Amino acid sequence: MAEQNAMTNSANSLTIEGNPVQRFLAATEVDTRLLGMVGALLLIWIGFHFMSGGLFITPRNLWNLSVQTSSVAIMATGMVLVIVTRNIDLSVGSILGVLAMLMGVMQVEFLPRMLGLGHPAIWILTTAFGIAVGALIGGVQGTIIAYLRVPAFVVTLGGMLVWRGAAWWVTSGRTVAPLDTTFQLMGGGPAGSIGSTMSWIVAGVACLGIVAYLVYARRQRRRFNFPLRPVWAEVVLGLAGCGIALGAVAVFNAYPWPVRIAASYAAANDIAVPEGGLFISHGIALPVLIAIAVGVIMTFLATRTRFGRYVFALGGNPEAAELAGINTRWVTVKIFMLMGALCGIAASISSARLNAATNSMGTLDELYVIAAAVIGGTSLSGGVGTIVGAMIGALVMQSLQSGMVLMGLDSPLQSIVVGLVLVLAVWLDTLYRNRAK
Amino acid sequence: MSQSVAKPLVELDDISIAFGGIKAVDRASVDLYPGEVVGLLGHNGAGKSTLIKILSGAYRRDGGEIRIDGETATINNPRDAKAYGIETIYQTLAVADNVDAAANLFLGRELTTAIGTLDDVAMEAKAREVMGRLNPNFRRFKDPVKALSGGQRQSVAIARAILFNARILIMDEPTAALGPQETQQVADLIKQLKSEGIGIFLISHDIHDVFDLADRVCVMKNGQVVGTAKTTDVTKDEVLGMIIMGKCPPGAIPGPGAMRA
Repeated sequence: MAEQNAMTNSANSLTIEGNPVQRFLAATEVDTRLLGMVGALLLIWIGFHFMSGGLFITPRNLWNLSVQTSSVAIMATGMVLVIVTRNIDLSVGSILGVLAMLMGVMQVEFLPRMLGLGHPAIWILTTAFGIAVGALIGGVQGTIIAYLRVPAFVVTLGGMLVWRGAAWWVTSGRTVAPLDTTFQLMGGGPAGSIGSTMSWIVAGVACLGIVAYLVYARRQRRRFNFPLRPVWAEVVLGLAGCGIALGAVAVFNAYPWPVRIAASYAAANDIAVPEGGLFISHGIALPVLIAIAVGVIMTFLATRTRFGRYVFALGGNPEAAELAGINTRWVTVKIFMLMGALCGIAASISSARLNAATNSMGTLDELYVIAAAVIGGTSLSGGVGTIVGAMIGALVMQSLQSGMVLMGLDSPLQSIVVGLVLVLAVWLDTLYRNRAK
Repeated sequence: MSQSVAKPLVELDDISIAFGGIKAVDRASVDLYPGEVVGLLGHNGAGKSTLIKILSGAYRRDGGEIRIDGETATINNPRDAKAYGIETIYQTLAVADNVDAAANLFLGRELTTAIGTLDDVAMEAKAREVMGRLNPNFRRFKDPVKALSGGQRQSVAIARAILFNARILIMDEPTAALGPQETQQVADLIKQLKSEGIGIFLISHDIHDVFDLADRVCVMKNGQVVGTAKTTDVTKDEVLGMIIMGKCPPGAIPGPGAMRA
């Protein structure tokens, strides 16, 4: 009887067999690799929590971790597309540096003279300028790579030197500070966070989005009579997604403003400070919100648009992509333009966070960005990689660094550990992929 | 088929291409009529694949002219060729290994939704329909193509070529990777496409295949055309003589590559 049921169901639902874990994974269609990475991340967190004497998994540290990850995570989303097409971009750190300098001069010296100091449009003009110049730089490099056929490694290695030199040249090495007050908010901090109410609203919107997507996907599949996931699997996925969104916001909201800042805020706004201090939640920091938005947009771009499809086809078999009539060179240029534009966003966040633009900003970032993408499952031989994986990869890298700082490890030792972890992660990934075949 | 009356679909006229001083194709001319299968024969390196890649836009010719429906065609890249309804199944299959069958079928011509995003569901539905006709046993729509067998990959490559109403089909060794049953399927498919009025260039070095399917054969040697003949006017042995020695039999129209007596 049960068998008969299974037979009749199999036409309209996925065939599910194996032990409960396998059944669960098959039914939910979860990427096991991604699940493994999240598991590894949790292990790292728990490990550091104990080794640092309970300092790691605290609202304060997790909030800081999220802010510190944003810049590299944003660039890593672009690096995924670059590496998927069998290219590399070694110049992102230097591009970040030169863009930060240009934006610094723009908002501190150029725009105030035209619009007046503290004009509300300064930050948006500055950011747009940074993104546009970033896209231009990326476009130039991409054109050399795609049309003049110079290997990306060489072009961006040259770019790494050129743009680092250019960053110095903008002000002859002088640091630009302080930055525009509105621009600074992009760096996070108590003022640069959206507070508890808005954070809950964001979480609510995210939950609605997750549920709406699951419903839409199911409806689409039903429209064409494709196999459907069991309802319980859909519910599990929905609950997991909403749980992560709500949980993260709960953590961010549990981190209050520092006492002094809260006190001066209270004084300025005539709020009576209750006994034991005023509790004002940070909520989600603006850079984190920007990074999440970038992640969503980039995932959409990579999976739902022709451009994304071409990027992956190009990475899987460049010749086939060309023969299929794809303008592979133009796609390559677009990828590097996108990478440059993302460097502009990352440069805004980095310099806003420091409240200064220095010419050494972003040094070695290219390596962290590439490492994040690779730890996140992007294959250097091309064709494989996910945006969300790279962002988690960035979080893993930053967790290692923060954790070691909390443990009080010397900085040379930190580099050694990060280097070893990178190699280990890629080796494990190779093992996984070979078994998956 | 009254070829004397019908207008040729494709005329490759006096085509030449050289790679670093070696003339891979040397003043080759061949034509193709609607509903006709022309077999291109020759040794490895005779220039047949190169000639055909010029028609499909993968290579740019150094000299000569391509006419489609009697009018001069500009083909500088694969996109141009596809615009003329020329579809190619390459010897190397040319599929993107890391994406699934539907993505490969629609590569470069994706279906999109009203807001311009990929309509994966519609593409998969169409892919299921086409693959169902071509290879009813094909079930693995969600797997990346690299997980498929040679025959399954081949059916993906063929499905891609016929999906978009090709008028001219180029098949470069379409059965090289296939077993006997799948080879028979391809043969049936060629006959079906031919009856729909599609012109087919069939490249092969298996002379038996070609004799079964082609209306005419065109033999190449050292980049030159040895001769063109109706399969009814020549024997297999005579064609072998053309391939090996460049000797043009009386039933064939000699080309510039024919051995001078």
